[in-house]
Amino acid sequence: MDSFLLEALVNGILLGGVFALPALGLNLVFGVVDVVWLCYAELVMVGMYAVWFLYTQAGWPLWVAFAACLPVVSVLGLLLHLLVVRPLLAAPPINQVLATGGVLFLLQGAMTLIFRTDFRSLGVDMPPMEVGEIFVSGTKLAAFCAALVGAALLWAFLKFTYVGTAIRAIARDREVMPLMGVDPQRIYLIASAVGGALAGLAACLLVVQLDVHPFVGLSFGPITFMICVMGGLGNMLGGFLAAFIMGIIVSVGGFWGTTEFSYVVAFGFFIVTIFARPRGLFAR
Amino acid sequence: MRYVIPLLLALACIPLLSPPDYFLHLGVTVLLTAVAGTGWAMMGRYGLVSFGHGAFLGIGAYTMALLWNMAGLTPWVGIPIAVILAALAGVLLGYPCFRLKVVGHYFALVTLAAGEIVRILIVALRDHTGGSLGMTPDRVPPDQGLLAMQFDKSGFWWLALLAWAIGLLAWWLLDRSMASKALAAISEDEEAAASIGIRVTREKLRVTLISTALAALAGTLMAQYRMYLNPESLAGLGISLQIVFGAIAGGMYAPLGPTVGAIITIGLEEVLRIAFGTEFTGGAPLIYGILLVLFMIYLPRGIVGIVERKRRSAAAPLGLPVGAK
Repeated sequence: MDSFLLEALVNGILLGGVFALPALGLNLVFGVVDVVWLCYAELVMVGMYAVWFLYTQAGWPLWVAFAACLPVVSVLGLLLHLLVVRPLLAAPPINQVLATGGVLFLLQGAMTLIFRTDFRSLGVDMPPMEVGEIFVSGTKLAAFCAALVGAALLWAFLKFTYVGTAIRAIARDREVMPLMGVDPQRIYLIASAVGGALAGLAACLLVVQLDVHPFVGLSFGPITFMICVMGGLGNMLGGFLAAFIMGIIVSVGGFWGTTEFSYVVAFGFFIVTIFARPRGLFAR
Repeated sequence: MRYVIPLLLALACIPLLSPPDYFLHLGVTVLLTAVAGTGWAMMGRYGLVSFGHGAFLGIGAYTMALLWNMAGLTPWVGIPIAVILAALAGVLLGYPCFRLKVVGHYFALVTLAAGEIVRILIVALRDHTGGSLGMTPDRVPPDQGLLAMQFDKSGFWWLALLAWAIGLLAWWLLDRSMASKALAAISEDEEAAASIGIRVTREKLRVTLISTALAALAGTLMAQYRMYLNPESLAGLGISLQIVFGAIAGGMYAPLGPTVGAIITIGLEEVLRIAFGTEFTGGAPLIYGILLVLFMIYLPRGIVGIVERKRRSAAAPLGLPVGAK
């Protein structure tokens, strides 16, 4: 195979790893709370600002800034749930989505007020690595590995802890679980916090690859939603796999055409997929 | 709707009083935003929530502007072509969605993807559309302005008013028709509606056609009024959500709701801009966002919704709770 194509393919897989985290977070929240966080990419954006601020302005070591970003966004997820989602739990789904859409504007506006619209760069880069015939960006590889570790930790949490089991149970049947002594409100809170933490982790991985500005969420937000829908809303494994499919389409598409056309192809693929499998590629 | 015709006549007389240009500018902006919001609400109130209506503003505006710049086709002809094309695009997207029962969250996210595709296509076709930098329709000397639909603010005031009236007329006609009842039934329970003989796909497609045509009409006139088009303000998620917000804030179940919403959103933007100038960029979306959340929690039927409920409950105190849905 052409080594450039191979490189595009590898980059696509690496990109998929980065898409996978927010997709997992969104699916977790949707699966458990049954609400789409339309502002999810904006939570990631706030996390990116947190890392940027702590590292370049407050002078914290990078890994401390990364470690601080997770709880910050996690708390943001909790607040989002308590202040916006909880009062709307009984409302029609569309009202819930629109309210979180309001939070999208709110966060964009707040960050514009605080940090202006300038593009902020972390200025951290790792040298590219040569693997066989192809070059792989060190930052992207590191981000990919971190994403896989994050996904594995999430899986272990859901699989082996008591709370994780309760989360999976609530996602499976929200009528019966309260009868079994699981307090859904508490589970919603935990899922929102974990969903927020995943956005925080995604922020750490993205901030080394992208410049931060208040509208950066719009550049990866839509594709994240499409990945979730393609994998089946609430289906974590489906979303995880769909992230790689989308990553490869975007990357390989960019190899043949411009970046924009690769996104057009990816979004078009998404629409066709939904027509073919309206409940997602991996619907049971 | 009795109050609409006198209101229209009164509004049509306003340019004769030679008000300040700024007032006319705000008026045109509000009216055109209201047309887009009215179009959106015609789908939105039946549960067909689109997060991609910006796409239709964009398809309309760019079709018109490209026909003018590249083929010299006057907007008077270009706008109908653009509106038809955008409505066809709406049907092209809608048909498989409705046929294959893509509803709820899935529908919202498919339309979101469609909106993004249009935005990215506009950027990608930068050789013709100017990409993110935007494009300007070619100007003509003032004496040919009428033919090229390039005239002063009062001219656009009347055009915008006409578009607004078309929007309200479409709403009124739909409201009076059986289609409205059918759509209400579909939004309650699609399968039950189908079981009593309602053609679900056809009804949904018809309302999509009207809704996207209105959005495209608003988009073309906005572009022609500003004489500037760019992908961010005419396609994509940002503008789509703003349309939704306007319609929701005003109230999407009442014909004048989206108009009230447009007054609120444009008014808010202007007040914040004048009060804080450029120091406070970001303030407008911040306050928008907070209001949108508060509206969804406390007033999901919008401002007009409360007024109507008060009036109806005064008229029929023993009636069923109006609008309990």
